[in-house]
Amino acid sequence: MNSPFMALLRRDLLLAFRNPGDLATPVIFFIVTVTLFSFAAGGDLEMLSTIGPGVVWSAALLSAMLSLDGIFRDDYEDGTLEQMLLAPSALTVLVFAKLLAHWLSTGLPLIAVSPVLGILMNLDSDVILILVVTIALSTPVFSLVGAFGAALVVTQRKAGILLSLLTLPLCIPVLIFSVLAVAATASQQPVGGHLSLLCAFLVFSLTVAPFAVAGSLRLMAGD
Amino acid sequence: MFLWFHRLGSARYFFDFARRLTPWLGSLAAVTVITGLYLGLFVAPPDYQQGDGYRIMFVHVPSAWMSMFIYVFMAVNAAVGLIWRIKIAHLLSTAAAIVGASFTFITLATGSIWGKPMWGAWWAWDARLTSELILLFLYLGFIALQSAIQDRSKAQQAGAILLLAGVVNIPIIHYSVLWWHTLHQTASITKFGMPSIHSSMLAPLLFMWVGFMFFFFYLLMLRSRALILEYERSSRWVQEAGAVK
Repeated sequence: MNSPFMALLRRDLLLAFRNPGDLATPVIFFIVTVTLFSFAAGGDLEMLSTIGPGVVWSAALLSAMLSLDGIFRDDYEDGTLEQMLLAPSALTVLVFAKLLAHWLSTGLPLIAVSPVLGILMNLDSDVILILVVTIALSTPVFSLVGAFGAALVVTQRKAGILLSLLTLPLCIPVLIFSVLAVAATASQQPVGGHLSLLCAFLVFSLTVAPFAVAGSLRLMAGD
Repeated sequence: MFLWFHRLGSARYFFDFARRLTPWLGSLAAVTVITGLYLGLFVAPPDYQQGDGYRIMFVHVPSAWMSMFIYVFMAVNAAVGLIWRIKIAHLLSTAAAIVGASFTFITLATGSIWGKPMWGAWWAWDARLTSELILLFLYLGFIALQSAIQDRSKAQQAGAILLLAGVVNIPIIHYSVLWWHTLHQTASITKFGMPSIHSSMLAPLLFMWVGFMFFFFYLLMLRSRALILEYERSSRWVQEAGAVK
């Protein structure tokens, strides 16, 4: 239990839970954005159930990105990242621990809130179920892809917009297949294919992203 | 051959090489583009369905090809720069980025100008158009990232990593957009499948494509020369060259 992986995971989770404000921000942003959309769209229930999944989805993506901005910057500024780079254990493993902690502290709350937002958007219960499943499958992908972007801009102070510009295009495939899965459920079609593809994206990014993140961190924050 | 290639890695040699190449590339580009435009606008017959409106294709299609070619070109340079630590390769991808973004924008603009009379709408969420739009975002992300990072060498390497990630993702993005499109297909969008094209229309297309290719390398040489001068402005040979002229 004292492996560097567990230690870093515990540290990051502790840090997250000692700052409840930071922990709550993405979730609140998520709720506020979805609410805003329903005001903007006029509150017609019929229309809300059509655009609902897309709205919940885009909002989830944006809140995940919002929370990713500072994932490495605090560590970079107080020198922890340098120690991670110098540490004898593989940087990839440490990165993985950080990403897992990030997903546990921001991804899980988003997943937990999404059914409520589905109800606000007048979605059927089976649609909500698939919506939650797709969000659950994709938030880790957002954490992984977004961490890659965050690693590239780790030395920039205000990089929120830049980070979105870098990573949102890379998230489009996940978005497409999630929305397709939800649309298929709404029209009583099989969703297995879309969900399998989402799983494939998850496995692919789990395999590749920690290396890309570690490489970018070494490049940007090294020397 | 290898030695020559090696020398090109030096900014100074590359600068001379680029300066000698520039007029050739420029005049070849001018000749081929003018030939292509003449063939496309005057020689090629009007299309039996689209009339003269299809002629915008002679700009649209080569630009689309160029937009993809330039991204791959940049990614290859990024890989070369990262693996063998060749500065010129990084410089070339930086120099190519704005040209690539411009070709992508031209593709989108001509596509929607063509789409207005043919589809009845400026913009349709057609798979290819959407992929081009995402490609434009990728170009803009690269440019924004490079201009945000102060340290030049870090900026170049960060851009290179981003390019490699992008080039892995482009096929994924393209096919997911394609599937999304085919499932969401509405009646107003007719797929613009290219039937076997007649040689009188193919010739100008190829001329334009070759011309755009020359034009791209012409611009690339101009821009990389400017970048070299900027990066090496404190080195002796640049200052001497400036003093001579």
